[in-house]
Amino acid sequence: MTIGFLILAIVTMAGVVAAMSMRHLIHCVLALTLGFAGLAMLYLQLEAQFVGLTQLLVYVGGVAILAVFAIMTTHSSEPVARPGTSYWLGGCVVATAVFILLAHAIEKSGVGARTMPAAPVGGVKEIGVALMSGYILPLEIVGLLLTAALVGAVVVATGEGSGKR
Amino acid sequence: MTTLSHYLLLSALIFAVGMAGALTRRNAILVLVGIELMLNAANLNLIAFWRYGPHPEALTGVMFAVFSITVAAAEAAVGLGLILALHRHMQTTDLDKVTGMKG
Amino acid sequence: MSEIVRNLWLIPALPMLAAGVCALLKRGRRRLSAGLAIGAMAGALGLSVAALVEAMRAGGAAETFNFVWLQFGTEWLKLGWVLNPLTAVMLVMVSFVGLLIFIYSVGYMETDENFGRFFCFLALFAGAMLGVVISNSLLLLFMCWELVGLTSYLLIGFWFEKPSAAAAAKKAFIVTRIGDLGFFLGMMWLYAGSGTLLFYDHGAGCLEHTALARLVAQAGVLGLPAAGIIAILIFCGAAGKSGQVPLHVWLPDAMEGPTPVSALIHAATMVAAGVFLMARIYPLLAASAANLGSAAALGSAASVEPTPALMVVTWVGAITAVFAAVIAVGQYDIKRILAYSTVSQLGYMMMGIGVGGAAVGMFHLITHAFFKALLFLGAGSVIHGCGGEQDIRKMGGLRKLMPVTFAAYTAGMLALCGLPLVVSGFWSKDAILHAASEWSVSHVPFYLGTIGALLTAFYMTRQMAYVFAGTLRLPEGEAQHGHGGHHAGVHESPAVMTVPLVILAVFAVGLGFIGTPAWPWFQSFLNGGQASFELKALAGEGMLAVMATSSVIVLAGLGLGWMIYGRRGIASAEAPDAVGAKMPAVFATLGAAFYVDALYAATVVRLNNFAARMSARLDRWVFGGAVRTVTGTVSGLAHLDRFTDETLVNGGFDEGCESVTLGGLILSLLQGGRVQNYMRGIGTALVVLAALMMWGAR
Repeated sequence: MTIGFLILAIVTMAGVVAAMSMRHLIHCVLALTLGFAGLAMLYLQLEAQFVGLTQLLVYVGGVAILAVFAIMTTHSSEPVARPGTSYWLGGCVVATAVFILLAHAIEKSGVGARTMPAAPVGGVKEIGVALMSGYILPLEIVGLLLTAALVGAVVVATGEGSGKR
Repeated sequence: MTTLSHYLLLSALIFAVGMAGALTRRNAILVLVGIELMLNAANLNLIAFWRYGPHPEALTGVMFAVFSITVAAAEAAVGLGLILALHRHMQTTDLDKVTGMKG
Repeated sequence: MSEIVRNLWLIPALPMLAAGVCALLKRGRRRLSAGLAIGAMAGALGLSVAALVEAMRAGGAAETFNFVWLQFGTEWLKLGWVLNPLTAVMLVMVSFVGLLIFIYSVGYMETDENFGRFFCFLALFAGAMLGVVISNSLLLLFMCWELVGLTSYLLIGFWFEKPSAAAAAKKAFIVTRIGDLGFFLGMMWLYAGSGTLLFYDHGAGCLEHTALARLVAQAGVLGLPAAGIIAILIFCGAAGKSGQVPLHVWLPDAMEGPTPVSALIHAATMVAAGVFLMARIYPLLAASAANLGSAAALGSAASVEPTPALMVVTWVGAITAVFAAVIAVGQYDIKRILAYSTVSQLGYMMMGIGVGGAAVGMFHLITHAFFKALLFLGAGSVIHGCGGEQDIRKMGGLRKLMPVTFAAYTAGMLALCGLPLVVSGFWSKDAILHAASEWSVSHVPFYLGTIGALLTAFYMTRQMAYVFAGTLRLPEGEAQHGHGGHHAGVHESPAVMTVPLVILAVFAVGLGFIGTPAWPWFQSFLNGGQASFELKALAGEGMLAVMATSSVIVLAGLGLGWMIYGRRGIASAEAPDAVGAKMPAVFATLGAAFYVDALYAATVVRLNNFAARMSARLDRWVFGGAVRTVTGTVSGLAHLDRFTDETLVNGGFDEGCESVTLGGLILSLLQGGRVQNYMRGIGTALVVLAALMMWGAR
């Protein structure tokens, strides 16, 4: 593996692990942002520029900020005494088992022998054409989905209050 | 030379960590974060396979990943809305205390 | 067949219909119920007179109307009615006397609140009695006979709140029932022996020659032919109903009923039904080989040879006549004297049938009906006037206070005694004595009859002296009873009561002239022949001697009574009886009716009570025990069943449900309510399934 990959991998892992284990929730989200950024770099390294930039835009600029807003609104910014649930060990065991399973499957299959083919022409123009031709239906459905999610999120978040009024 | 298996291994690692967090953290928001991490790991998987796959010019993997990101974002929004509603009712986001569905 | 014979059934049907309507009326409809009953009786009287006319035209033949009633197996029971002279005279007598008594009752029962019920029962009785009279079948006669007994029970116990009245009604019913047992046995034997119960059936009836010959030929018990035994058994029923010794005990107690009831039922009609029955079955009584050879049916005495049945009837009648007359001397109740007098006269009637044939007995029955009803109605008038008092020692001097009653009562009393030549009772009693004097078996009945006539005159004079002669001994305040106190003292009864008395008095005197030996219209009418007026018949066949004897006896009795009671007068209500003062022990025995009632109470009644107690015990312990065992078993089974159901079935079922609920409860423990636990479960399942897939695919 190349050095670039190794560094990016380490950065991403650090962010992800920190996101899942810190006491302060704000720290967790900030570490999460780092993890998202690392993933975006990896996408760029894999020559999926559009996806990587979309990742930055949506995840870092949207989801992480949303998580911060949620933390603020629910007054969860204080450090917690005990970060894990009553049965945290079981969860770790399951996660470990899942990783072992996946790692085993990856090793067992011979995908490591694949060579990287030629770089694709995955520019925005090609993606735009594909969206409007082959992937028009999923595009529309996703639009609908986003609308519903928008309205639904607002309703759920402020639900009772607006109903009573 | 990074092979596909490296990317896949990394993806599996991120997935496992995300799952561990989702299963063990007490705060509901962090559970959601863990789920986002799992989705991201899957996205990484998709892009890796697209790059190393037989027909990268078909843009299948890219499309899949874009839509996945979109849906994940919508889902995160709704989920956080739910957590806000939960907070309003239970005055807490501690999942250990949320046992109303106990049989 | 003439119209009247076809419609003869209307005569009893009219009063019965009136009774039915009366039974449905409400309590207050007094005028309507009385009107219905009287109207029905008047209708019956009219039809009876028409029947009499028809019978006179037919000249002694029996016109019948028979119909089939019931089939059992291959045999048919037939019922029907008959119109012959016997039927006709009895119909007219019953309906006429009944009508007069109904009218009398309107006045007598005026203050009684059960007015409607009284007339309903009276009408029912009248219908039943008329049914007995017209019946051509012994079975139909028996049915109406029992109905008559029932109505007698209802009427004797009319004032059933009085325990003595209820007891008297029960006694009457039970004693007559004992006689009816013999009746029923005789009826069954008759049916078995002759195959028919119809009296007249164009030669096939049981009173006609063929059947009688068969019955005479069949053997009965005690050496008598079947005919004789049957006749004696049926006579048992007549003895019960007509109060012959030893079944006479109910008649004096039956005076507990209202006086019109005593007059109608226990003087004129019902008790006469026994005599009527004997007259009806006279051919059976007289059936013997010798008598059947001659052509006599209701023949006169000379042509009939005495059969054992006739002898039984005669002796019982003669003994009854004297027995009851002796007891009557010692009685103080005005109605009881008359009751014992009735028993005595019924004995005379039976004796008359036995020695002289049906016509002789029936003649006395008809005349007795009139003057005895008259005497009872007069007694009722006296009782009504004295405010309910019935003890003759407390009466007196009523001849000035109730003159019409006194005059009518005198006429009746003289008729009963048989004052020579003038009254009906003389001619009828004389006919009996004449026949008895010529009886070939023995002259003892004749002597008993004459002794009875002497006693009759004696006790009737005694009664008249106590009630009408002298001065009033009624305690103050008693006369106000029954009138609400607005009439002071004893007074004459209202016209609705005295008019029937007068009418009956006329008949009591005048009826005798249809049966004198000079013009024996009655006897020849019954026998089916023609009568002619011959004065010299009075002198023939010892007639004059008997007439002279009886006249002397009657006058002697009247004189004796007058001397002992009338001349000296009655001092006060508490003074002892003149005869009783001289012979206290004998008088006390007479007063207690020879202790016959006490004898019965000690023997028969006690036996019956014992049997009843045993039966009750049997019923309660044996049968009741069996029933209780069955019910206990069933109940126990039910309890067992319930126990099984509740514990085993329900328990088992409930347990099953419990375990299902428990299982659900246990399973619900899986739901911890914590989302992350669920996710852990999903993760674990994922790992396991994936592992299985991977290792399985290898």
